[in-house]
This record gives sequence, C-alpha cells and structure tokens, in this order.
Amino acid sequence: MYTFSSKLKTFSFILMVVGVLGIGYGFLNAPKTTEDVEKILAAEEHHGGGHHVAPAQANHAVPAHEAKAAAEAPAVAHDTSVVAQAESVHDTVASVDTTKVAEVVAHEAPKKEKVVTEAEEHAAHQAHLEHVLHQLQNKPWSAVYVSCIFFLLLTMGTLAFYAIQQVAQAGWSPVLFRVMQGITSYLPVGSVLLLVFLIAGGLHMHHLFPWLGEGVTDPKSPNYDEIIAGKSGYLNFPFWIIRAIVFLLGWNLYRHFSRKNCLAQDEANDNSFYKKNFNISAMFLVFFIVSESIMSWDWIMSLDPHWFSTLFGWYVFASFFVSGITTICMITLYLKGQGYLEHVNTSHIHDLAKFMFGISVFWTYLWFSQFLLIWYANIPEEVTYFVTRIEHYNLPFFGAVAMNFVFPILILINTDFKRITWVLVMAGTVILLGHYVDFFNMIMPATVGDQWFIGAPELGALMFFLGLFIFVVFTTLTKAPLLPKRNPYIEESKHFHY
Amino acid sequence: MSNKVIYAIYNDDDTLMDAVKKTRAAHHHIEEVYTPFPVHGLDKAMGLAPTRIAICAFIYGLVGLSFGTFLMNYVMILDWPQDIGGKPSFSYIQNMPAFVPVMFEETVFFAAHLMVITFYLRSKLWPFKKAENPDVRTTDDHFLMEVAIHDNENELVSFFQGTGAVEVKVIEKHD
Repeated sequence: MYTFSSKLKTFSFILMVVGVLGIGYGFLNAPKTTEDVEKILAAEEHHGGGHHVAPAQANHAVPAHEAKAAAEAPAVAHDTSVVAQAESVHDTVASVDTTKVAEVVAHEAPKKEKVVTEAEEHAAHQAHLEHVLHQLQNKPWSAVYVSCIFFLLLTMGTLAFYAIQQVAQAGWSPVLFRVMQGITSYLPVGSVLLLVFLIAGGLHMHHLFPWLGEGVTDPKSPNYDEIIAGKSGYLNFPFWIIRAIVFLLGWNLYRHFSRKNCLAQDEANDNSFYKKNFNISAMFLVFFIVSESIMSWDWIMSLDPHWFSTLFGWYVFASFFVSGITTICMITLYLKGQGYLEHVNTSHIHDLAKFMFGISVFWTYLWFSQFLLIWYANIPEEVTYFVTRIEHYNLPFFGAVAMNFVFPILILINTDFKRITWVLVMAGTVILLGHYVDFFNMIMPATVGDQWFIGAPELGALMFFLGLFIFVVFTTLTKAPLLPKRNPYIEESKHFHY
Repeated sequence: MSNKVIYAIYNDDDTLMDAVKKTRAAHHHIEEVYTPFPVHGLDKAMGLAPTRIAICAFIYGLVGLSFGTFLMNYVMILDWPQDIGGKPSFSYIQNMPAFVPVMFEETVFFAAHLMVITFYLRSKLWPFKKAENPDVRTTDDHFLMEVAIHDNENELVSFFQGTGAVEVKVIEKHD
C-alpha cells in the first residue's frame, strides 16, 4: 500500500493556496469600466519599449488615424507598419528616406480626416475600449479555463490509454493499471469544476463563448450575428450543456465501474470481472471517440464560433493523449523512485517513453496537417484563426511545436535515454508544459486576443489545478494496493522485458 | 597450416543458448553461430557488440533533410522564384509549409534506403554472392556453432558432446 508522503501533501496544499491567491489577484485586477482600460492602455504606452511605442502612436497621437484603425481591423496592421517603418528608417537610413516616408504618412492622415467626423471618431474609440475591456475581463476566466480543461483532458488521455490497454490485452501494462486509475480519479473532481464553469458561462458570469452572448441570434439586436444565428441549432445553451453532462457522465461511469471491477477482480475466483472490464472498455472507447470529437467542438472550437476545422477533434485528442501518457510515466517514475512499484522495471518505462515519443510525433502530424491545409488554401474564412495566432501569439504558437515535437524527437529517439529517469522527467516536463501552451494557444486568442500574458492568473490557475490534481491522485493511490492481484496478464507483466 | 574447426550441431534453440553460455564460460572462442531463425538473446549470450545501424540511419535522415531543404530552396526560391498561385517565394521560411512534405519524404527515403544499403555492405550481401552455409540443415531446423581448434581437439570434442549437441564434427577449413 502506498502512503501519501506528508511532504507531497503539504506541497499540493501550498500549490492550491498560492494558486487561489493568483487567481484572486487576476480577478481583482481585471478592469471594471472602459475608463480603467484607458488608464491601462495609457500606462502600457508609457512603459512600452520601441515595439509598443509605434502602434501606440498610431492609435493615439493621430486621432483620425486611430478611428480608422479601430473601424477597420486590417487597416491597423497596415498603418502601424507604415509608422513603424518610418521610425526604423529614421534610426538607420539617411534623412532623405525619412522625409519620403514621412510625406506618405502626412499624405494619408489628412485624407482620413476628411472621411471620419469627430463623432464617429469618438464612437470608434469607445468601441475599441469596449473591445479591450471584454478581453481584459475574460483574462482571469480564460486562465482558469485553460488549466481546468487541461487537467481534465489529461486524465481523459490517461483513461483512454487505460481502456486501450484493457481492450488490446496488453501484456506489459497491468502493473501500471493502479497508477492509471489513480490519475483518472481526478476525473470526477475535474468534471464538476468544468461543468460549473460551463454553467457559469450560460449564466453570463463570463463571456468566453461569444455565441452565449445576449442578442446574437436576435435579428433586431445590435449584437446580432448571422453566422452564429445560423449555427444556433447546435450552439445553444440547453443542448450544449446537456451534451457536456452526457459526456462527463459517460466518462465518469466508465472510470467508476472499471476501477470497481478491477478491485473486485482481486478478490474473485474467476475472470468474470476481467471480462466485464474488457467489454465496458470496448464500449467506452466507441463512446469516447464520438464524445471526444464533439467535446472538442463544444468546449474549444466554439470559442471561435466563426471558424471550423474537421480534424480538430483528433488534434485535441492527440494533445491530451500524449499529456496523459506522460503523466503516467512521470507518476510511475515518482512512485518507483519512492520504492513502491516493485515489479515495474526499465522495460515498462521504456514502453511508456516510446508512447510519449510516438504520440508527440502524432500530435505534430495533426498540428501541421491542420496548419498546412489552411495556410495552403488560404481561404479567408478559415485562415483568420492562424493569422491571429501567428501575429499575436508568435512565440507560444511556434514554441509549442518546439516543445512538443523538436525537443521530444531529439531526446526520446535514443533507446538508452528512454530508460534514464532524469531524461524522462525532463522530457516529460517539457511535453506537459508544451501541451499546456498548446491549450493556451487554442483558447486564449479567442477570448483575450492580443491582451494575453502568462502572469499571475495564468500561473495561479496552473498551480491551483496542479495542486488539486496531485492531492486527488495521490490520495486515491493510497486506497488500493498498487499491484492488481488476479489480472490474467499480471504475471506476464511482472516479467515483462524488452 | 591446418585450420581445423569444430561444428557442434544442436536441434533446439534452448540447448544452443545453454551451450553458448557454457562455451563462453569455458573461454572457447566462438567463431560463428548459424541458426534457421533469429534466436532472441543470442547476441547478448555471445557477447556481440550492439549494432550501430540506428545511428547511421539517423545521420542519413539528417542528410536527406538537408538535401530536401537544399533542393526546394534552390529550385523554388533561388533559381526561379515565380509567383505560383500567390505563394510567397521571397524566402525559404515564408513558403516552408509547402516544402515540409518533400523534406519529410526525403528524410525517410534517405534514412531507409541508405540504412538498407549499409546493412548489405556490412553483412556482405549481394545478388550473386556464394552462400556461406556450413551445413544445409541450418536453414531448416538445426543450429550450428563453429569453434576454432588450437591443439586441443579431443578436449573440445568431449566438451561439446557434453553440451547436448546432436552431432560434433571436426572439419578442416580451406580458405
């Protein structure tokens, strides 16, 4: 039997407390009114370096410019770049060039002043502030949402892996079943938290899902959105929340009965519980692949309700599947290091590492397939998804590929490295952080846009859910022996050697 | 100079494994073992050095990746940077997603083919090569261990008879 080390327990409590403080700080610091936003933007203008100064000037120094910019989004990029260019040219090249570019800017400014009246200017400025206000108000909520869904889906990745091992009658993994069951014990907790979060969206406590906004389906409302209205047969709150409840219930039921049968099999005289587990695992996998796909549309893709992608479900699956396997590996290594998993040898670890490696590549394959197809065809309706990400999330967007593909492929390709604990812990940490960033990239651009930052609320939420995860998982690990007794494959698994 | 060897023939891979371990323990140098199929763990028992073909394949893959990158960069960007359907051909990175399928396939192609060729070269295999089979039964159901004799013929013969060999032959090699 495993005993929860008091150090780890304290550590998980500290994570939760610090995390709650971070989340609370995020909520308290979110602006309440457009006046607050104006102050924040002004402060940013003061503190910003050369990079920030140029757009700020484009927006504020020339009012006409700014109004036009707010009215037409593509114009922002263009105008800003002209000003930025003018500045950089000023710094480096001869003054002849500077006057030329300055002339261009000077030419453009009066042209727009003719078009835009004072009143329109003010309205556009207010609309811009309103837009930024919503993004900043979304920030702490999004921070919580990213971590909440990341840890929930990470346990689902583990559960899917576990079910596959059962159905495939894998001879190597039964010694790890209790570890996997320990990880999936976070599922009920995570499900409740996520459900509360989704219901809060329906109650308009947060505005992460634009299609839940008021008046979007009403043709008389100023918020009317024809595209969303056309999708409201699918994207409406009751149907959406019922789907969420059905999926979470289905997953939790499988997890509950699978664990129960596994424990009952320990005390049984025949293999009937094992067979039951085999059957429910097969049924679960069918249910899972359908529900997972729909889940990814409901909980992640619907944050961008104007955008769609057919392989999105697979892509999300690959992301949390590899996170789940990595978590199994990390927790196995921890327990092994503490001397609790007598029958786990380096061959088991090696197999897990191979899965980490393979599924990392699989994730990259899907990431790239989705990106390449949309980039190549460049259909405006679809491509905005990547335009916003590359423009405003350049480092996280490509950094995720480096962390989830380049790093693991170079580290885990070596057979010897796949057996070395510290290499795996390092690779696993990078993979898990990489997939957190992956979820960050999927969620944040839709909710906070270019106002993103990985600061107190984001790290706080990550710490809170990590602490909760550690507490729940390791508490469950103490509840049952770490070695299943009467699994038909347990002997083979104990002597597994690769 | 006479070049005598012993052919100890077995009809079971477990017996063979035991015999190999005993021979190693007795410090007789095993020249070669012939088996009709791969015997798991035989290389470890014989103390053979692990293969480095995977390292070769990795390097070949890098060569292929470089070749693919060079090819697309030269053809599509440097030599004749046309506007084909609005794809940006100003620099390699701008149009890179379109080149990734080529880069990937070149990597796999080079890694796979050069690795196979390396295997053939190192194993000395080619279409008209004369088969080096000491006993035709070793391709069907018998296992053969070849050990060189250094003035200890009688000792070795009795040693191999004690390891469960179904047949122990002393052969003079001419090569």
